[in-house]
Amino acid sequence: MVRSMGARTSRRQFVKGSVAVAVSAPMWPKLAAAQSRQVNVYNWDTYIGETTLDDFSAATGIDVRYDLFADNAELFARLREGNPGYDVIVPTNDFAERMILAEMIQPLDHSRIPNIANLDPVFQDAEFDPGRRYTLPYFWGTIGIGYRMSAVDGSPDSWGAIFDASDANANRISWLAEPSTVVQMALKRLGHSLNTTDMGALEEAVQLLIASKPNIRSIAGDNGQDLLLSGEVDLCMEWNGDLLQVMEEDDDLSFANPQEGGLLWQDVFAMPTGAPHPDEAQEFINFILEPEVHAAIADFIYYALPNAAAKQLMDQDYLTNPAIFPPDEVLARSESAQYLGEDISRFYDEAMTRVRAA
Amino acid sequence: MDSWRSNRGLFLLLTAPALIWLALFFLVPLGFVWGLSFGERQGIVDTAITGTLDNYARAVDPLYLGVLWQSLWIAAVTTAICLVVGFPVAMAISFAPPRWKPILLLLIILPFWTNLLIRTYALIAVLRIRGFLNFGLEWLWVQADWALAVVGLGDYQLLGERYQPLELLYNHGAVIYGLVYVHLPFMVLPLYAALERMDRSYLEASLDLGAGQFRTLMSIMVPLAAPGILSGVIITFIPALGTFLTPNLLGGPDTQMIGNVIEQQFKSANDWPFGAALSFLLMYVTFGALALRAALVARRSRLVRA
Repeated sequence: MVRSMGARTSRRQFVKGSVAVAVSAPMWPKLAAAQSRQVNVYNWDTYIGETTLDDFSAATGIDVRYDLFADNAELFARLREGNPGYDVIVPTNDFAERMILAEMIQPLDHSRIPNIANLDPVFQDAEFDPGRRYTLPYFWGTIGIGYRMSAVDGSPDSWGAIFDASDANANRISWLAEPSTVVQMALKRLGHSLNTTDMGALEEAVQLLIASKPNIRSIAGDNGQDLLLSGEVDLCMEWNGDLLQVMEEDDDLSFANPQEGGLLWQDVFAMPTGAPHPDEAQEFINFILEPEVHAAIADFIYYALPNAAAKQLMDQDYLTNPAIFPPDEVLARSESAQYLGEDISRFYDEAMTRVRAA
Repeated sequence: MDSWRSNRGLFLLLTAPALIWLALFFLVPLGFVWGLSFGERQGIVDTAITGTLDNYARAVDPLYLGVLWQSLWIAAVTTAICLVVGFPVAMAISFAPPRWKPILLLLIILPFWTNLLIRTYALIAVLRIRGFLNFGLEWLWVQADWALAVVGLGDYQLLGERYQPLELLYNHGAVIYGLVYVHLPFMVLPLYAALERMDRSYLEASLDLGAGQFRTLMSIMVPLAAPGILSGVIITFIPALGTFLTPNLLGGPDTQMIGNVIEQQFKSANDWPFGAALSFLLMYVTFGALALRAALVARRSRLVRA
């Protein structure tokens, strides 16, 4: 522990005390609407059904204030200095783990959310949240390779298609931008666990990324699927559901599950510490876990349901789609990312700075 | 006219709103960031201000100096292009008939009416492979190919088998193009102000005494407009240096400006103290640019007096 000079101020208190006015600003609407019930939801873009929010308001009389984030880093940064007024957030499992450790999210009252019973037994518990005290699953998925069939030979069912590109596809490839994800997929390509903390393996992954960078056209925030659709790239590393959404629009696009396995992720509902409407938050989560509601969302966004009762309402096209529910052998080789501490997070980030600068 | 300085009370009263604004919303937050740059992360969300210099030591690592160098280079090229493009524009406006001037100036500031993010996305729609520019070029290609066929050269495929779209996005060129587009008004307006103030009789004298148009431009007009050029260069260069949105959206895997790296520290890297130190590194470079300007101005006024 480093001794501080003078009083050691927690950064959180430091800012909270001095700019309390600024922090509370987003809560103004709450005062105006004190009579009507309200819930403030912070979710990913393109990640809800067409009428879900209206249906919830119609069913419960609760107004939904809905805000969007682009990635986990943005969500985390927004809540880091204290909750600006959100009741429900949707982090991915490793970020949920980090936020539980940082006491940024609070336990859920399972008696208020009876629809937990609808969840698949495997999703009723989680390694990153034993007993599901803090989080409940929304959707899960993998990362795979989206590609344009007319431009790529065969099915690119290996991360090699992304990381050791042939000349034919040089400069026609995009990566995701989240540093952890890119480094983790390079680790999978090299046969390492994506949760490795071995510096040798991590360094090897960085060297692979540097070597393959000349073939990369863009490191795309969360829009690799758009680059694929608009013809900027022919191969991209992307979330499976995002690719399925653009495959609807263009028959020449397809999806491959890399044989090395990929990242298994789970986006979860959580209630941030200091949520102003905890009752409404839990009512909202319970509503989403209704089979009809959850199924309607899945039908629109094409991600995999953790909800057994909702899956029974889905058609065979959805249930047997290998891009939504990857084959068992791919799942067996895939892994969930764990929160490995701040030093590894920092390594991932500096690694991408190095790759870009190389 | 009475000097403001002789009436202290009134002077303070009139400047108070601006001073309070500056203190509350600039100096105080800046002080927080400055303090933060001497801090250390403790656990996931806490920072202890320990007076450490580690963040600065890390910021001057060759990796980050390299990023800073690339940013300086991109900002310098942007500024140079803005100057070369902006000077004739400013000249044209200042020599335009008086009733045209307001309209021309309005056209210069018109892009500000649209949000920067939307304008940058619009640039993507123009530059991408299936974008307007490539569609336009393809149309020209088809016309040219047809014309060749008409004159009997159709069999030789002089223009290639089919139109090859240009890959214009996701490289340094796209970033510089985007930055020039965004910052051009910042260059044109101070240039225009300087040219407008200029005494036209110097130009007439130069031409009367036998200097050509170009010589008059380079020996009379440019030196007289030098303060405007300097202001334009400074207020183009500084925001271009710190930009992160344009390289983020238009840049390729190699494009990384210091603004992007700072943004990352506050988001994915979750390393606010290091982000603060990098911000101050950038600020010192900016101060350097301003000090250089002050020195140039001082030298100039000495030369004028001499």
